Amino acid sequence: MQPLLEIKNLKTVFSTARGVIKAVDGVSLSLAAGETLGVVGESGCGKTMLALSVMRLIPPNGHIAEGRVLFDGQDLLSLPEKEMREKRGRDIAMIFQEPMTSLNPVLRIGDQIAEAICLHQHVPAKEALSLSVQLLGEVGIPEPERRVKDYPHQLSGGMRQRVMIAMAMSCHPRLLLADEPTTALDVTIQAQILNLISDLKEKNNMAVVLITHDLGIVAEAAQKAAVMYAGRVVESADVEKLFARPLHPYTRGLIASRPSAVNEKEGYLKTIPGTVPSLYDLPSGCRFSERCALAENECRATEPELAEMEDGHFVSCFIAQRKVS
Amino acid sequence: MASVLMDIQQLEKKYSLGGGFPQNRPRIVRAVDGVDLQIFEGETLGLVGESGCGKSTLAKLLMRLEEPDAGSAYFKDQNIFTLSAEALKAYRRRVQMIFQDPYSSLNPRKTAMSIIAEPLTVHRMGNRQQNREKAVQLMIKVGLSREQSKRYPHEFSGGQRQRIGIARALALQPALVIADEPVSALDASIQAQILNLLKDLKKDFGLTYLFISHDLNVIRHVSDRIAVMYLGRIVELADKNDLYETPLHPYTRMLLMAMPSCAPGKKKRDMMIRGEARDAGDPGCSFKNRCVYKIAVCENTQPRLIRYQGRGWCACHRAGDN
Repeated sequence: MQPLLEIKNLKTVFSTARGVIKAVDGVSLSLAAGETLGVVGESGCGKTMLALSVMRLIPPNGHIAEGRVLFDGQDLLSLPEKEMREKRGRDIAMIFQEPMTSLNPVLRIGDQIAEAICLHQHVPAKEALSLSVQLLGEVGIPEPERRVKDYPHQLSGGMRQRVMIAMAMSCHPRLLLADEPTTALDVTIQAQILNLISDLKEKNNMAVVLITHDLGIVAEAAQKAAVMYAGRVVESADVEKLFARPLHPYTRGLIASRPSAVNEKEGYLKTIPGTVPSLYDLPSGCRFSERCALAENECRATEPELAEMEDGHFVSCFIAQRKVS
Repeated sequence: MASVLMDIQQLEKKYSLGGGFPQNRPRIVRAVDGVDLQIFEGETLGLVGESGCGKSTLAKLLMRLEEPDAGSAYFKDQNIFTLSAEALKAYRRRVQMIFQDPYSSLNPRKTAMSIIAEPLTVHRMGNRQQNREKAVQLMIKVGLSREQSKRYPHEFSGGQRQRIGIARALALQPALVIADEPVSALDASIQAQILNLLKDLKKDFGLTYLFISHDLNVIRHVSDRIAVMYLGRIVELADKNDLYETPLHPYTRMLLMAMPSCAPGKKKRDMMIRGEARDAGDPGCSFKNRCVYKIAVCENTQPRLIRYQGRGWCACHRAGDN
């Protein structure tokens, strides 16, 4: 099956007062229609910039230095801005972490959803508004006819995120980029939103990139997973494989340090020592080597490449690669 | 049986919202709505609930940062809300707090050492030299080094800042530490480090924790007993294992079901997770709009927290039914 989204060796670079940093440093991923890819990593690992690079919405001090983003075989990075603008919202939609800051506070939510519909589907405003009522119903907002006239501040956090999803779904996108869609929400609401995204995905045969810092969310909502660390993908695999047999020491550390009954040893949790390196000051060799208990001289000298170990399971770690092959 | 360190009785705190214009009647929010809770010496009591359930307000009341509308809380047989100024100052030495956000809870213009030494200065514990040395010792205790003592907060990472906040809370050798979401703002790989540190410190300093979190995985890990709070009330209180293995209250079950776990493909959610909070001022059970077990009595009568034989406490009309 041809992948719907294929990212090849993507590098997104930022120039700041303190120097040049590579927020995304050679990421390759692929995703087919109907699949959810969970991208997991800690703050500053480049997961949000990866999504923004696909949308070509990176902040002005950054640019995409290298790589290709193929959407249905077409390179998004070489499209003229005008064509890209048509793709955004129609073929590729994005939802963000904080629904309050991504909705316009002075417009009724119905009008905000209708705006996208008018723009991309060229239908009259009245029809677009009735479509937005229908969409609000589909994302599980009670009394959509009345709610469509509400302003964002009249809704709870969970309801706002549903509005964002309705807006993203309004033009039946083929790819949805969801950047921490549930981080600002309570656990019970989080579960509802994740269920909603996966229902909509199945109904529309959509591809979803689900960006999160929570491994638990990846385990429950995604079929494929990619673990990012300091701008690179260090491991990617099917979700079952990743959790059953994590290969990279960072992935193992993340799974083992989650507080749960399984991970406890006399009441203590396993930890990953140290902290995430600054992108301004990356260690030589493997980026994880300073925190890795297994690191050898080779790890400190050369940066490992992502290599396929078994069917669809990629890892960038010399030790894991040696052990498997 | 350990002795009771803090005994909270029928504590209430209301806030009024809105009502800026004369024609708008203010809306009353019962942030803490009749809470009874005991904290035993040496235990970690976990307090779990979703945003807006009143867990932080409860912490603020116990810190005497907010005044209650009704009720009392006895710390070693003294009602903390009727203390004299002098006794209040002594109380504040015994109860300290760790905050959620290590970025906004440290003064950016002070060095780590002076942040940690400040409570010692305020409470006139020793001369400047002694306090500074004590601050450095505390830094070492929480996993920082003497060399870092002259640095400012922005020079530290999030996890290190939280360590500074912890050292500050411990400076006065408190008996009770209220930790309000102490690891929520931290990255996954740092959370475990801080949780282990808190555990070590509890042992070394003989602390009692009131540990507040919305994260059930974290709460399970740290707590001896757990109180589940929903819209200002304690709806369930039980030993850790009882609560996770046989939850009694439908809200506890819903929380446990919604909790993400690291087992892929386990799609166990169903219609149990639904709905949003009800309006305040409505009689009846505060959870009724979201509950699948609702019966007639739940509409009009607020259930009380009742003891279930050897199992803990639960506020639900139907808890004994199944």
